[in-house]
Amino acid sequence: MNENRVLDPTAEQAPAQRARLPRPTSVEGKVVGLLDISKPRGDVFLDRIEEQLAAMGIQVKRYAKPTFTRIAPTELKQRMAAEVDLLVEGLAD
Amino acid sequence: MKTALPDGLIVVAKADCPTCRLAEPLLAELSARAGPLTVYVQDSAEYAAELPGTLYDATLEHSYRLGIEFVPTLIRVEGGVEVQRTYGWHKEDWRQLSGVTDLGEDLPVMRPGCGSKTLEPGIAEELELAFGDIRLQSREIDFSTVDDPFEACFERGWSDGLPVVPPTPVRVLRMLKGTQRKPDEVVGLMPPDLVPCTVEKVAINAVLAGCKPEYMPVLLAALEAALTDEFGLHGLICTTMFGSPLIIVNGPAARAVGMNSGVNALGQGNRANATIGRALQLIIRNVGGGRPGEIDRATLGNPGKYSFCFAEAEDSEWLPLAQERGIEPGRSAVTLFPGEGVQGIVDQKSRDPESLARSFALSLRAVDHAKLAMAGDAVLVVSPEHARVFIDAGWSKQRLREELDRLLLAPGKELVAGAGGITEGIPERFKDMQVPKFRPGGLLIVRAGGTAGLFSAIIAGWAASGPVGSSAVTREVNT
Repeated sequence: MNENRVLDPTAEQAPAQRARLPRPTSVEGKVVGLLDISKPRGDVFLDRIEEQLAAMGIQVKRYAKPTFTRIAPTELKQRMAAEVDLLVEGLAD
Repeated sequence: MKTALPDGLIVVAKADCPTCRLAEPLLAELSARAGPLTVYVQDSAEYAAELPGTLYDATLEHSYRLGIEFVPTLIRVEGGVEVQRTYGWHKEDWRQLSGVTDLGEDLPVMRPGCGSKTLEPGIAEELELAFGDIRLQSREIDFSTVDDPFEACFERGWSDGLPVVPPTPVRVLRMLKGTQRKPDEVVGLMPPDLVPCTVEKVAINAVLAGCKPEYMPVLLAALEAALTDEFGLHGLICTTMFGSPLIIVNGPAARAVGMNSGVNALGQGNRANATIGRALQLIIRNVGGGRPGEIDRATLGNPGKYSFCFAEAEDSEWLPLAQERGIEPGRSAVTLFPGEGVQGIVDQKSRDPESLARSFALSLRAVDHAKLAMAGDAVLVVSPEHARVFIDAGWSKQRLREELDRLLLAPGKELVAGAGGITEGIPERFKDMQVPKFRPGGLLIVRAGGTAGLFSAIIAGWAASGPVGSSAVTREVNT
């Protein structure tokens, strides 16, 4: 049986494709996480972001994945979700 | 689109059917001597390929529209209308129908054919969805980019926390075969969002829950009962208290779908019990929008909010619940009750009805709170061994209820707020009265459970029972 199509069991009051969360209008008062995925020079990019956020008086928390070749460990994802309002990650080297 | 029927003869065949292969050499003769011949082949472009009228029916649309059940099938069409058909190889029939009187001289008199490919499991439903009259209205969600449909159902919020069955159109179509009601029929306005709930949405959620199609009539009756003003589902969904719909099923429908009324009747392990109750909860969640933490504000909830559904173990000597509530004997019905969890009554010593009734009454005082009265209704589930104590002594259900009503009268002064050093309690104005525990009609009695065990159970109702909140509602199960 083809399981690529299913019928919506809901009252269809929400869009079929889930919308992304809206971007925050301001970072003021927010805690911003910076995630280094452990690719070379990611830290250079994130250090500069931290510098700029700190200059704006924004609280910053730093995180790093053990390796860019694996998805983040569950414990790290849970910790970030619990501790910050926004997350910035540097993807490429 | 309708397949225009070509005049002359139509043969529908399958290359892997030996009888079709037997008849294959005759088709050229039919084409030459019996007028125009159309051959629809269900599984191959190779069969009778040299004939001009041969068509590989790859989508099976022609076979479906012709209503083919067996191959080979031979049909005569005159003036665009079918006038005769035969299936399998029957020499006389083929000769008579084609007018070729010496057809197949060397062949046996008769060979049975094979089943049509259109009727193979899975294919029949796909064809009905593609070419049939049914039109499903629900929007389709594309899962082609997800690697696990089960995970995708969780992510979309369609689950109660346990895995659900992905509601593919084929599964939903099969579910709809369980009822004679049309998919677009509106069962009612589903609270809390008050959106029209169609039979099709019921079927989709029944698939999610793991129901068999044959459960649909019971589920639809339960939903109808839940949507009555009397049952007051909206408030029950939203309350901070424990209650949620409990479904009690009576009559032949319960046995027909294999519901459990015996050992572990209130527990796990029976598909019908588990999935009918679950389907109603998923309809509340998905169609009505009643999700915990949102509009469902239950402080603690209860495990029955996954599913709570069982059948009464009917006994010829005790009137079944549905009959007590006005349903004709021999008919099936569901009774919806705003139930909390299960509280056991352990009494292994009472062997006479007076003692056991007093035991039940004392235990029933705990509903809501021992000092509250006429607040929540209750279902008393009497096990077969306990029921036997009453039946052997000639006590009907009605007699037991009357005795319990009498035993549950209590002096108001013991129940009023502050009495016994407990601030909770009924208003001071009752202090000089004998106060009944339950409002009139507020105690339901059913027989269920395994045949061993001198244990019964109380399922307390919502403390807002009655017109102020929710009353039990019974509905007959139809088709």
